[in-house]
Amino acid sequence: MFLFLAKRFGASGLIVIGITFITFLLSYFIPADPVRMLAGRSATQETVESIRHQLGLDQPLPVQYLKYLGRLVQGDLGRSYKQKTQVAELIASRMPATLKLLVGAIFFEVLFGIPAGIFAASRRGRKADNLAMIASFVGVSAPQFVVGLLLLWVFAYKMALYPLGGYGGLSHLILPAVTLGITGGGWYSRMMRSSMVDVLQQDYIRTARAKGVRESAVVLVHGLRNAVLPVIAMIGMDIGFFMSWTVVVESVYGWPGIGQLTWQSIQVIDTPVIMGVTLVAALAIVIGNFMADLIMPLIDPRLRVR
Amino acid sequence: MQRNWIVLVLLVGFIMTWPWSAVAGEGKKGGTITITYKDDVVTLDPAIGYDWQNWSMIKSLFSGLMDYEPGTTALTPDLAESYSVSDDGLIYTFKLRSGVKFHNGRELVASDVKYSIERTVNPETQSPGQGFYNMIKGFDDVVAGKTERLEGIETSDEQTVVFELSRPDATFLHLLALNFAFIVPKEEVEKWGADFGKHPVGSGAFKLKEWKLGQSIEWVRNPDYHFPDRPKLDGVIFEIGQEPTVALMRLQRGEVDILGDGIPPARFVQIKNDPKYKDQIVEGGQLHTGYVTMNVRMEPFDDARVRKAVNMAINKDRVVKIINNRAVVANQPLPPAMPGYDPDYEGYPYDPEQAKDLLAEAGYPDGFETELWTMNVDPNPRIAQSMQQNLAAIGIKADILNQSQGPVIAAGGEPDQAPMIWSGGMAWIADYPDPSNFYGPILGCGGAVKGGWNWAWYCNEEIEKMATKADSMSDPAQAEKRIDLWREIFIKIMDDAPWAPIFNEQRFTMHSPRVKGKPSYFVDPVHIPINYENIYVED
Repeated sequence: MFLFLAKRFGASGLIVIGITFITFLLSYFIPADPVRMLAGRSATQETVESIRHQLGLDQPLPVQYLKYLGRLVQGDLGRSYKQKTQVAELIASRMPATLKLLVGAIFFEVLFGIPAGIFAASRRGRKADNLAMIASFVGVSAPQFVVGLLLLWVFAYKMALYPLGGYGGLSHLILPAVTLGITGGGWYSRMMRSSMVDVLQQDYIRTARAKGVRESAVVLVHGLRNAVLPVIAMIGMDIGFFMSWTVVVESVYGWPGIGQLTWQSIQVIDTPVIMGVTLVAALAIVIGNFMADLIMPLIDPRLRVR
Repeated sequence: MQRNWIVLVLLVGFIMTWPWSAVAGEGKKGGTITITYKDDVVTLDPAIGYDWQNWSMIKSLFSGLMDYEPGTTALTPDLAESYSVSDDGLIYTFKLRSGVKFHNGRELVASDVKYSIERTVNPETQSPGQGFYNMIKGFDDVVAGKTERLEGIETSDEQTVVFELSRPDATFLHLLALNFAFIVPKEEVEKWGADFGKHPVGSGAFKLKEWKLGQSIEWVRNPDYHFPDRPKLDGVIFEIGQEPTVALMRLQRGEVDILGDGIPPARFVQIKNDPKYKDQIVEGGQLHTGYVTMNVRMEPFDDARVRKAVNMAINKDRVVKIINNRAVVANQPLPPAMPGYDPDYEGYPYDPEQAKDLLAEAGYPDGFETELWTMNVDPNPRIAQSMQQNLAAIGIKADILNQSQGPVIAAGGEPDQAPMIWSGGMAWIADYPDPSNFYGPILGCGGAVKGGWNWAWYCNEEIEKMATKADSMSDPAQAEKRIDLWREIFIKIMDDAPWAPIFNEQRFTMHSPRVKGKPSYFVDPVHIPINYENIYVED
């Protein structure tokens, strides 16, 4: 077990380094010059070159990258070109909001997705199955921007049940989390359904039914335990995903998460911030997967490595 | 007798109807307003901040030697109590107002002025405003890193600052009213280092109370402000990260007072035409012109007749309709809100027939093929398409090159790359309200260099001489003559037609009913979106 984890951990480290390299390359090849954006339109060529030198951007790319890695090892993510603030401070200031949204969104994804998937699978091919799958299809395809504004319009503006966007307690969290939950729930229900359909055709399920176990117990006790595994793996992925790609929901609801920071940094080619958030997101994906690897054996004894 | 009586009645009536509140500084003090923004505020450091969002915020937190009369483009002393200019226009002497305090309680003195401007010019500050101050003596040495002291700034005593310039420059007072010349306390800059932009300490009307990164910024009144009747408000709260559409809903519900990002385009027509909001929307001009540049060094635009034909071919009214009438049609480089704008100039009419004749005269009876560059953010591609159709009508087949901002600006800065550029999304918004700012970088010979902003590569020696003359007229008594000269310059430029001016964007500021003040405070040409110091609330 320990060896397995150690291997996984080592592979994850390589993945993270690989991701920093790709991000670094990408930001280098963007057809716009961050120094020019910093220097402003009144700047002379001399000023531009002076700033380029101060930022170390006049050095060859491999040197820049190695220096970046060197600072990274010391825990230094650098300073934002545009804001001049420490990247670590910027990310830390966004972290609580991002984590809150992450927990809320996963809660609603699971709440919407898993029951719908189980429900559809146990009524496979019937009208209820079709309806549930159409609903999940709509959930997956509806643009978050539209869903978000619609929920805001109905529940916050018209009915005044929730605040009109902004960051704060539970009442602020519910609508953005539900919006993400609708999209994610759509995916989860489809995955849950297909996984459950497979499991319900297995021999041991037939045996259970033959023993006279109630159908609900067959599905929820015997079936779910096996069928839920891919969904847990997916939650692991989602943790990383929500770390950086909730831009749309964050902007609709004015949620000060990392997504907003990422988006604004990309617009002004603030490379140190872009690198920083990418790294954090990559780490989160790795950690999420890692956690899924740890949890799955608890549910399915067959996965326990001796 | 009866005559006296009439005079008395008139006098009483006059006293009763005269807007005394305006004289005594209108509006009562108190109250807090909330403003929303979509994008984060990147910095409030006056040497660094250079976007339309933090520009006005910095103006309310810091002060400089010069400022503008609220709601106008008229210069007025701020930290300076008085100033004088030498006859040769090279020496500016400022007497500082006494008793001005920074937000940390320390008194502001002459050496702070020297320090602050030296800081902006110092290459290590990486200030985007550095280049503005190149006429101060010793500028080149500081830029080259030889010294940190600007030779051309002397402080003979605590209240006197003397600038020595290497050449006369009539815009110098405007440059001192730019944020880049605002005064910062050395001890705070050194304490916070690069983080000063998140911990601003100035001497402006408001001071920073709290900054929650990415969430909100809160200001409170500066009780020691050197204009005792300002600010009117007790505080201002900026809520960051708010989608404009949602911000509008919140304003409709009374939770928000000002839409920092303006009325969202998708709702604009509906809101603008709703009589309910008539008194909540203020329209005003901007120091902005949107234009098409024609590279005068590239065939066939090296022929003025071709450039004039393009001017006559484009249906500007249609372009303005594309952006929901949020602009007025332009016929000259200067916007109407800019001193020096010529309201009597008629410009080139929309006349495709005459345009065709001009093309034929220039030797292109069947037109020609060319490229029209545009930035790829809506509505610019749609505007470019509309112009493409207009050009096709006179035989010019223009391919549209849709690019992000960086490549378009880069192509404009090359002598032989972009024959035509639609400036939308990148267009010139003046840094300061003086016509000179619309010439040098974008129409003058100095801007027609690699990496420059003169995308038409227009360089007319005769006009260059006139411009140099205008900018050396630094005697305040000549101000009016100088503006007249600039007016002449821009109309003369239109004879060469290096640009087709298309429109001047209008500003529409929407505010809650409780926020009051002169309409000009809501569309202040220097403060975007509003002049925070002078508005007030009535609850």
